[in-house]
Amino acid sequence: MTAPVTISVTVNGERVEAHVLPRLHLADFLREHLKLTGTHLGCEHGVCGACTVRVGGEIVRSCLMLAVQANGAVVETIEGLSDSGEIADLQAAFRDRNALQCGFCTPGMLMAAQDLLRENPAPAREEIREHLSGNYCRCTGYHAIIDAIETTARARMELKA
Amino acid sequence: MSPVRSNPERLSVLDRPNSYIGKTVPRPNLDRLLQGRGSYVSDMELPRMAHVVFLRSPYAHAEIVSIDAAAARRMPGVVAVVTGKELADVITPWIGVLSHLKGLKSAPQSAIAVDRVCWQGEAVAAIVATSRVAAEDAAEHVAVEYRELEAVTDMRTALDPATPVIHASLGDNLAFERVLDAGAVDQAFAGSDVVVEAEFIFGRHTGVTLEPRSVVADWDAAEARLTIYQGTQAPHMVQNIAALHLGLRESQVRVVCKDVGGSFGIKVHIYADEMATYALAKLLRRPIKFVADRVESFNTDIHARDHRCRGKIGVRRDGAITAFEIDDLTGIGPYSMYPRTSAIEANQVVNLVGGAYTTENYRARARVVFQNKNVMCQYRAVGHPIACSVTEGLVDLAAMKIGMDPVEIRRRNLIADDAYPCASPSGLRFEQLSHHASLAKIVEMMNYEALRAEQVALRKQGIHRGIGIASFIEVTNPSAAFYGVGGAKISSQDGVAVRLDAQGSVICQTSITEQGQGSQSLTAQIVGSVLGVSMDRVRVILGDTDMTPYGGGTWASRGAGIGGEAALQATKILRKNILDVAAVILQSTPAELDIIDNAVVNIGDGAPRIELDELARIVYFRPDTLPPGIQPELMATRHYVPREYPFAFTNGVQAAWVEVDTDTGFVKLLKHWVVEDCGTIINPQLVDEQIRGGVVQGLGAALFEKCAYDDRGQLTNANMADYLVPMSGEMPDIDVGHVVSPTRESELGAKGAGEAGTAGAAAAVANAVNDALQPFGTTITEIPLTPQVILTALGRI
Repeated sequence: MTAPVTISVTVNGERVEAHVLPRLHLADFLREHLKLTGTHLGCEHGVCGACTVRVGGEIVRSCLMLAVQANGAVVETIEGLSDSGEIADLQAAFRDRNALQCGFCTPGMLMAAQDLLRENPAPAREEIREHLSGNYCRCTGYHAIIDAIETTARARMELKA
Repeated sequence: MSPVRSNPERLSVLDRPNSYIGKTVPRPNLDRLLQGRGSYVSDMELPRMAHVVFLRSPYAHAEIVSIDAAAARRMPGVVAVVTGKELADVITPWIGVLSHLKGLKSAPQSAIAVDRVCWQGEAVAAIVATSRVAAEDAAEHVAVEYRELEAVTDMRTALDPATPVIHASLGDNLAFERVLDAGAVDQAFAGSDVVVEAEFIFGRHTGVTLEPRSVVADWDAAEARLTIYQGTQAPHMVQNIAALHLGLRESQVRVVCKDVGGSFGIKVHIYADEMATYALAKLLRRPIKFVADRVESFNTDIHARDHRCRGKIGVRRDGAITAFEIDDLTGIGPYSMYPRTSAIEANQVVNLVGGAYTTENYRARARVVFQNKNVMCQYRAVGHPIACSVTEGLVDLAAMKIGMDPVEIRRRNLIADDAYPCASPSGLRFEQLSHHASLAKIVEMMNYEALRAEQVALRKQGIHRGIGIASFIEVTNPSAAFYGVGGAKISSQDGVAVRLDAQGSVICQTSITEQGQGSQSLTAQIVGSVLGVSMDRVRVILGDTDMTPYGGGTWASRGAGIGGEAALQATKILRKNILDVAAVILQSTPAELDIIDNAVVNIGDGAPRIELDELARIVYFRPDTLPPGIQPELMATRHYVPREYPFAFTNGVQAAWVEVDTDTGFVKLLKHWVVEDCGTIINPQLVDEQIRGGVVQGLGAALFEKCAYDDRGQLTNANMADYLVPMSGEMPDIDVGHVVSPTRESELGAKGAGEAGTAGAAAAVANAVNDALQPFGTTITEIPLTPQVILTALGRI
């Protein structure tokens, strides 16, 4: 169980083959093997949410998932969502509302926010707060983040209408 | 914004066409962070870089009998295992004292413990390997034999003769004591209608920066030069200290600070493990990376606010406060932290209690004692939350006793807005504060009377809501009075260099640093406004001791007020220099010209005369076309430090609206309001967000955060599952309002805003909870206000 294992993962649309130790978690795989350092590590025990990424369309804490568990999966990180333009409006809303200060929680926060908006396009403020309650931000006090997500949701609804 | 005092003549430089001052503009550096393309130290890699992991003491107090690292050294990937004794050949120990804190004592502290460990988490060996995982594996094979010693954990008994003395050379466990006696306190209490006493207890808590402390130290053996990449708030301080203890000249040390994942005062200090990392790079002649994990962050990042403070207030029936008295006790761990010391917090408590009120009668004692727990030191709003909670708690208790409304008692006792300049009984000098305007504004914002009516109506339905008010003062823009006068080589001045580039863009180097507050933005806003160029043409460089002017950095709410003024003054000179050369080129006079929208224009009709890029082209590439004797200087540098006032005090008031579930003991934060006065506001959005973020840090202290130690000095909740921090679900929306009283000491008029939120939030919540519990005849003077604390007070458990 300690010998390296070959895995094949699609990361941000690109197929990646790698030999990894079974104990390597997905966040370290992304950061150290693929140099995708936008996925941050804040606690490495599944509380802070800074390492949130998308695996098979669902958000997960990449510090609580092993890289070998991602074998055959589609993984999307903040770099991927940025380059595809999927969250450009959300990022703009964060920028305009100053919904980030140090920026360390931001990639995970954007992942969680986009996840909410895909499930629930018109969330109430309390629902936004609830959905983000697994993502720790020490800088903003959350108010600006909630505002930015609310603004994005509203704008997307108007676009649809 | 409602200006208390306007000084348009002082703002002339800033009040220009297309000025960015007072405007919300997005920070220029955000896209990188939004796309996950920031450059944090924890992301860094260098060729041949090795990783250090520290083996840490499981005991709070123990002798190190032996360390056997032979097995660990044989593990794959291990570069070295280094003990404290071995590292002592490379780096000297330090003592965290400052001469202006009279009597402060501490013992020599080493980068890695030698012979004895004094808190659970102190490093006993460094394991360096080619990967972090290899170093962690090897750490498990280092065998350390300890002889456990009795741990001093309870600050209340730390000074008892029966308690062991942690550092025998110091004689006792008292690190620092300060007493103050102003006015006629005994007489004032004797003449009071009511005297109220209470003991206020504060939970030891910590900063929990999302990015843990991180450093990469790179020794260049050929150049004999150390480059330290570190998430720090004070690069020049790190440079000075690293050089001092490694036996280097400051010119041999470069400190580079890129993106920082949160600081809040946690990263303004220099930690033993960081010192060890610098020393290991020099010893092993290769780059060494240290990134704390979350557990060691809890065990080694400075803690703060472990205070027990007895307070006493006298009041007359008419609401007049006659005197304050406090006796504060705080435990700081086994060492006074270096180089800022661990006496500042208690000192600030003595300084600040009662500071918003008119009474001149004030007596205080503060004692700072050693313990075998992690070190305590300055964390956001140093001392303020203690002083504010004690003061505002006492004021509310007094109001309750005489049956007066909490707003009314403050109206009757806060220093009048036209009474300035004046001084507090502890000697603080106030230039211009606005307590009454702030109080009036918050009462209006929160619709105080309607809330009171709602409270009464809900009480009849068994719903217990409370309103809490807390006025506060905040220390900002510190001069040399903070550290320099005590002998610390921590600069209180900051410098800014601005230059016009060949295409008419502006490069600005500043000695303040960025940790997300918006230092780059406020600097670009000032430079753009004063010079007359658009912000997108201004590039701000900071966080590099090789590149920027010398200065203090960003801490103690000083970036905007001090760094901002230096930027303003430097840009004024550059502007003058540009207009001088423009006048020569245009055969005009500087007085007839202005710079607006990136071009030199006629001051009279605004007609464009020459674009800045064209002016720069002539100066840099065709100076031969300028008249003889003309040497344009398109770069200017200025430094600034406040001289008239040691600190620019700000003020404000906070209000909390909470609901207490008297069956479960849970407190729900329904709404929070803040009115504060930080003088000139450069970017309203950034100020508001500083306030909101600060408030939530204070709310964490009020309700959740506490480092829980057992009586053997073991930290029992050193992880994020057990140590609770505020998350979005529990936090309220926060309304922020402003009163504006610019400081006249600088042309910019800005004071700090970074700590106001944290200063008063817990006091407002505690007062609100006590207000909600009034029908139960109980008051609580302890935070965090956990369900256990509340149910105990209610006699339910």
